Amino acid sequence: MSVDRQQVEATIRDLLAGYNKDGVELTPETDIAADLNIDSADVLNFVMEVEDAFDVDISLNELSDVRTIAQLVDLVAERVGA
Amino acid sequence: MVDLLEKYRAAKERHDLLASIGVDAVGLVNDRILSPTRAIIGGREIILAGTNNYMGVTFEPECIRAGQKAMEEFGTGTTGSRIANGTYSLHGQMERALAEFMGRRHCMVFSTGFQANLGMIAGLCGPDDTIFIDADSHASIFDGCRLSGAKVVLFRHNDPDHLAKRLARHDPGKGGRLVILEGIYSMLGDTAPLRDFVALKREHDFQLLVDEAHSFGVLGEKGRGLAEREGVEEDVDFIVGTFSKSLGGIGGYAVSDHPDFEVLRYTARPYMFTAAPAPASIAAALCALKIIREQPERRAWLRTLSERLHAGLKAEGFTLGVDEISPVVAVICPDEKAAVAMWNGLLQAGVYVNLALPPGTPNKLSLMRCSVSAAHTEEEVDAVIAAFVAVRRQLVEQGLWPRE
Repeated sequence: MSVDRQQVEATIRDLLAGYNKDGVELTPETDIAADLNIDSADVLNFVMEVEDAFDVDISLNELSDVRTIAQLVDLVAERVGA
Repeated sequence: MVDLLEKYRAAKERHDLLASIGVDAVGLVNDRILSPTRAIIGGREIILAGTNNYMGVTFEPECIRAGQKAMEEFGTGTTGSRIANGTYSLHGQMERALAEFMGRRHCMVFSTGFQANLGMIAGLCGPDDTIFIDADSHASIFDGCRLSGAKVVLFRHNDPDHLAKRLARHDPGKGGRLVILEGIYSMLGDTAPLRDFVALKREHDFQLLVDEAHSFGVLGEKGRGLAEREGVEEDVDFIVGTFSKSLGGIGGYAVSDHPDFEVLRYTARPYMFTAAPAPASIAAALCALKIIREQPERRAWLRTLSERLHAGLKAEGFTLGVDEISPVVAVICPDEKAAVAMWNGLLQAGVYVNLALPPGTPNKLSLMRCSVSAAHTEEEVDAVIAAFVAVRRQLVEQGLWPRE
């Protein structure tokens, strides 16, 4: 799959919109769980959507190091070779 | 430096708010237990309809006597782990009886069901391995995975196609792969489509562990669980279960035909470094196993009552978690506030069920989780249904529950 980092970030922001019920403004530094007030179960649902969108696996272990949108974009971008 | 408990402020505020509505659901005390289906709570006799006491064996005179006898003969506790001074003849008897019941060569008994999952998962898997788990897995499965240090990949609940996709794009490298499923999922009472999952073994290499905590005693002709009912026991490499539901005690177990299974006795830390289960506990569970084996009519009666509760609530217009019949019957509440009000109302009306709220539930559902026991009577099941109807009527009047 050939995608660039911007596309990765755009897709992640799109997917995150469904979980951003309070309409928090998203920046690269947004803490996905804490700032958006998403519970642990929904974090996992969101990550599964990201995995399916990019056809990659993000293990729970890798996820434990990810807090912000920028970190998730880095991880996915690296995985898809963007 | 921040106070260590500060991180729980939001959780505490939510708990305090919910508890202020009525009785604190997570702090509920049974003052006395009268039978598998009755207790004294807050000075009143309550019908217990959320105990996971599927086979209703907790007050079997024979099991109580067996526990008393074991306590007299072996003492109150083991004061040591299985690999030191804590293994008594009783533990071996229980392991042989369970292995025989489950039709397996090997069995290990753990101190709790939670530890059985921790011990098995962290014992089987290490940092080079990958574990594929259902997104709705029990906390003990998530924690066992974390403890193992293995790579953990989630697939959507009960979705074999999603797992197949994950297996296909995953490179096992130099490690092994373990897939973990549950027989009956505890919150909604749905079973895993086990035959479809097992079929994936033809195309993908992995070993399979099934947690039959809620299905042991309940499903299958002999009561071995979902793998027996689906006729796929040979394809399930490891089965984990618990004493604390159908066996009415406390403890856990794992069974397998794997020739090297016994190696886990000196490699699985949650087995090695905790005290062995108390003698009375093992003897009572051993007796309960005998009852499950000798009285298959309990399973049939449980099924009858489960159908009765399921159909009764449905006929009254309640929305249930799943259409599938199992002893777990989950009523979906409109929201968290309605759930807490319904739970308090039911307790007032003399019925205890489990209040189950997100994130401990799938799909953010707020649930009244009922579980049926073979010790229930039809009258008790009808009383539970009547209580649901009566409390809903109150909640509709208060504007807490939508009018039908």
